[in-house]
Order: sequence, then structure tokens, then C-alpha cells
Amino acid sequence: MRTIIYIIQKEFLQIFRDKFMGKAIFAIPIIQMVILVYAATFEIKHIDLLVVDRDGSSASTELINKFRGSTFFTVHKKQLTENEIKAVLDEGTVDLAMVIPQKFEASIHRDQNAKVQFLIDAVNGTAGELALAYCRATVMSYSKELLIEELGFTQGVVQAIKISSRYWFNPNMNYKIFMAPGILAILITVIAWFMTGMNLVKEKESGTIEQLNVSPIQKYQFILGKLIPFLIIGLFDLSFGLVLAKLLYNVPFVGSLSTLFLFTLIYLFAILGIGLFISTISNTQQQVLFVSFFFVMIFVLMSGLFTPVENMPRWGQVINWFNPLAYCSRVIRMVLLKGSNIHDIRFEMLIMFIYGIVTNTLAVWRYRKTS
Amino acid sequence: MAELQTRTEPVITVKNMVKKFGGFVANDNLNFEVFKGEIFGFLGANGAGKTTAIKILSGLSIPTSGEIKVAGFDVYTQTELIKRNIGYMSQKFSLYEDLTIKENFRFYAGVYRVPQKEIMPRMMDALAEVGLIKYKDRLISDLPLGWKQKLAFSIATFHNPGIVFLDEPTSGVDPVARRNFWEQIFKTVQKGTTVFVTTHYMDEAEYCNRVSIMDKGKIVALNSPNMLKAAYKVDNMFDLFLKIVR
Repeated sequence: MRTIIYIIQKEFLQIFRDKFMGKAIFAIPIIQMVILVYAATFEIKHIDLLVVDRDGSSASTELINKFRGSTFFTVHKKQLTENEIKAVLDEGTVDLAMVIPQKFEASIHRDQNAKVQFLIDAVNGTAGELALAYCRATVMSYSKELLIEELGFTQGVVQAIKISSRYWFNPNMNYKIFMAPGILAILITVIAWFMTGMNLVKEKESGTIEQLNVSPIQKYQFILGKLIPFLIIGLFDLSFGLVLAKLLYNVPFVGSLSTLFLFTLIYLFAILGIGLFISTISNTQQQVLFVSFFFVMIFVLMSGLFTPVENMPRWGQVINWFNPLAYCSRVIRMVLLKGSNIHDIRFEMLIMFIYGIVTNTLAVWRYRKTS
Repeated sequence: MAELQTRTEPVITVKNMVKKFGGFVANDNLNFEVFKGEIFGFLGANGAGKTTAIKILSGLSIPTSGEIKVAGFDVYTQTELIKRNIGYMSQKFSLYEDLTIKENFRFYAGVYRVPQKEIMPRMMDALAEVGLIKYKDRLISDLPLGWKQKLAFSIATFHNPGIVFLDEPTSGVDPVARRNFWEQIFKTVQKGTTVFVTTHYMDEAEYCNRVSIMDKGKIVALNSPNMLKAAYKVDNMFDLFLKIVR
């Protein structure tokens, strides 16, 4: 036990003496929580909409005004030919174009089969689809008004079934509240994983590992001595990130924080085991970085932070069983936004515990004092 | 140097030691004993197999075959027991550059289970011996190489090991610093510690009680420096080395 304390003491001395590392522990959470939460949003604002009005009627003007009145759209009205519209879309100066054909108003009154055409820049498919959804909603609302006002339908007929929806756990669909816990999960993962991975292999590079290998330090003591400092730093960064999430985004803490910390402790144990295992099989910091990037990238993109896990193909979901970040981002959101308790997350805790036992056992096994 | 006429008990016994890396034979059937309290030198050119041998004896590497005991323990099955009873200092520098002298002492002493209360007083004694007390709060990275080597030796012997292994401890330092370093070794030997040292400096070979000369993985000569010089009819170790290895 004393041996482990001596190792931990030495690690902390080295971490805080390192000009970069000592600051990174504070700087990384601030930067990620401020920049990424704002940037990683699904909301679309200020869609640049090109409007080509070939009708010039009062009906078309009214429809255009509907778009003008919405905060989602910035309307650019121009008279362009089909080819010119395509050119403008290619340039990317507008996100989508709406073409109101001739006799738009006339057809509303005559055969109730008026058409508008939308042309979308779908390079960013998700954004394009969302933009079209907004457009559709705007046109539909105008169409409803027409039915009631011009054609004398009653409100009841137009809206035979009204869908009433309420978003639970995030009632205002505030993306920041959704993203902040996810970013926090990435944050502690990356800090813990990379710091511990780099730390062990640094001893290999400087040759001090040989001096430790020839000492009576036992393998489990060595691994624990390398693990505990970064466990503490990870938990510290979780607290720090939570404070930022509260101050900056007023993220609700519906569940108990002790539940969250308990889960994170187990989760970090698993993540640190991965970092240590990778560094026991690597000889240089470059190797650790390369292998770590490979896995972190997969873990982050598949974690369900940016795309719903449910949309992945079956095999993708199976891979995700082995993705610790998927469990972590799910649990942080569950506890913070939904108020889940230990009983609700027992499955995730058990999986992460087993994960940690496996990765750390691998690390201890693969660390060789005698070759 | 006084020659050991009365042999004490052996603390290292090596019988038919072989170490192969693939097809390359780094240690080819070595046989020798090292006795308690002597300075035993391993002399040889770079690549002769000295470091390989010292790594096996200090429990860092498992030999391919042979019967080897260090401090009474077997190098195949009892490497961890060996490690408690030896000190080790390698050519690759092993103090933490980003820690101070004091912090390095405290860490290594703690790892070797020196009782906490004894660490600081004993560190002051050790620093007094090498004249570096007033630098105890300096970072290792700020010290000259000669000082670092003295400190590495102090730390390697801080837990009073029965045997200390030194792998080319003086490579890269000037003759004065080397001489100082050897003074430190002599003091340690007087306390009863056995010193096993590898070197490619011929003048250092003269300081050893016995030297074994290695060439291409084999021991080609083993005796006291004076006996070797007499046997090969040369008057210094340098000529001896050239005569034997050529």
C-alpha cells in the first residue's frame, strides 16, 4: 500500500510540474464545454432561401411573407431561370430555393392543386432534410389558412386530428441541455485515456521504467499507482465540467450527483485500463496516440452523441455493446436530465465494472517486469 | 587493489549461461562466480554481451538456458526476490529529470520499502558523502552529468543491497568525474556490498578485484588484473585487451 502512495505522490508531482499538463487539466474542460456545446447543435437557424416568384400574385406574396415572418429563414427574392437557380445552389450562397410557378394563384382558385417547387443543396443531408421540413411546415400552415379563409372550411375539418406532442425530460428541446452532458462524457474519457496512456509510455521513452522493473514494485502496485492519479483527475474534471454546464447552460441536475460520480468512477476505471493496456503494448508516445485516436474516434462517433444509436444497422449496435462511451453518454444524460437512480443504471454499471476488470487485468498481465 | 586471496562465499553463481535472440547468441555458455565483497568487472567492446548478462543477473531478462543464482535466488523463478536484494544502475539514465534530488530519493527509497522515518536522515548522509546537500531541491535536469551519475549510484545503493549492478556507469563523463565515481564505489565496497560492473574503459578495469573479458558473447579470460597482465606478459590493461580480443 505504501508503495502505491509513493507512486501516486510522484505522479502528481510530475503532472503539476509539467507546464502543459498542469494547465490542460483546467483548460480542456473550459474550451470543450464552451465551444463544442454551442457548435455541436442540430438546430438550424437563418436558412438562406432563394425565392423565385414567377406568379407575382397576391397569393404568392402572402406565401413569401410567411417565410419572411419566420426566424428560420432569410429570404432572397430574385427572378432567375432554371439554370441560374442551379448555379446559385452550386455556389452554395443559398441553402435552398423555392420556385412559385406561374398561375399559382389561379390554380388555387380553380382546381385547388397549386404547386411550389423546392430545390435543396443536400451536401449536408441532415441539414437539408431539416430545412425542407421547416419549409413544408410553413407551406402547410399557409395552405391551412387558405382552406379556412378562402374556401370556407371550418377549423374542425382542416384539423381532423391534431397531434399534440410534449418533449419529456427536455421540454423545450434545448439542444445545449442535450449536448452538454454528452460533451462532458467525451471530455473525461479523452483526458483520462490519453493522460494515462502517454504517462506510462513516457517512462519507457526516458528509460526510467527499467529502474522500476528492477525494483521490488509489484505489477499490480505499478498499475494502480499509474491509474489512481488519473482517476482523481478524471473525477475532478467531471465536477469542473458539471459546474460549467450549470453556469453556462443551466443544465438541470435532476438525478443525484453521487449516483453520477459512482458510475463515473467505475467508468473511468474501465477507460484507464484501456489507456494503460495500450501503453503497455506500445514503445513510443506516437504509437499510443495513433492507436488511441483510432479507438476514440470510433467510440465517439458511435456513442449516440451525434447520431441516434437506434438508427445504426444491427451490426453497428452490436459493436456498440463494447463501446464504453455509449454507456457513459447514456448514463450521464439519464441521471442529469431524467433523474435515473442506481437501480435504473445497474446494467450499465455492471457492464462497465466487468469492462474495467478485463482491461486492467490485461494491462497488469501485459506489463512485463522481466522479458 | 588488494587481491582476494581468501575466497568468501559466492553471491552469484553462473553455470552454462546462454541467451539467444532469435539466431543471435548474445551470451554463449558463460561460467563464473562472484564472491561477497569483491568488485567484479565485465570488460568488453560494445556488443560483446555485457549488458545482456547484467540484465539476466538483475532479473530484467530470462536466460535461454543455464543454471544461475543471484543472492541465493534462482533467475528463472525468483526474479522478484532477487530484485529486493540488489541495486541497479544502467547506462541509460534512470533518475526522474522533472523531480528534484530529494523527490527522487524519497520515491526510490519508498519503492524499496526503506522505513519512512529513516528516509530523510539517510538521504542527508548520502548527499553529504557526495557533497550535494545544498542542491537537494534542484531538479535533476539542471545538474551536470557527473553529479547525476553520483546521485544515481547513491540511489541505487540507498536500500543497502547486498549486490549492486552497474552497467557502464561512467560512460560519457570526464576522467576526474570518473575517478570520483570510483571513490564512491570503494566506500560502498568497504560496507560489504558486492559490486558487479561492466565497462569498456581499461583504466577502470584496474580498479576491479577480478575482471572477465568478454568477446562476441564468450568469456575469453577471467582473473585479477595483475594475474592477467602477468599471464599475457603485458604491463597495462589496454595492451592486454588488444592482445586477447585480437
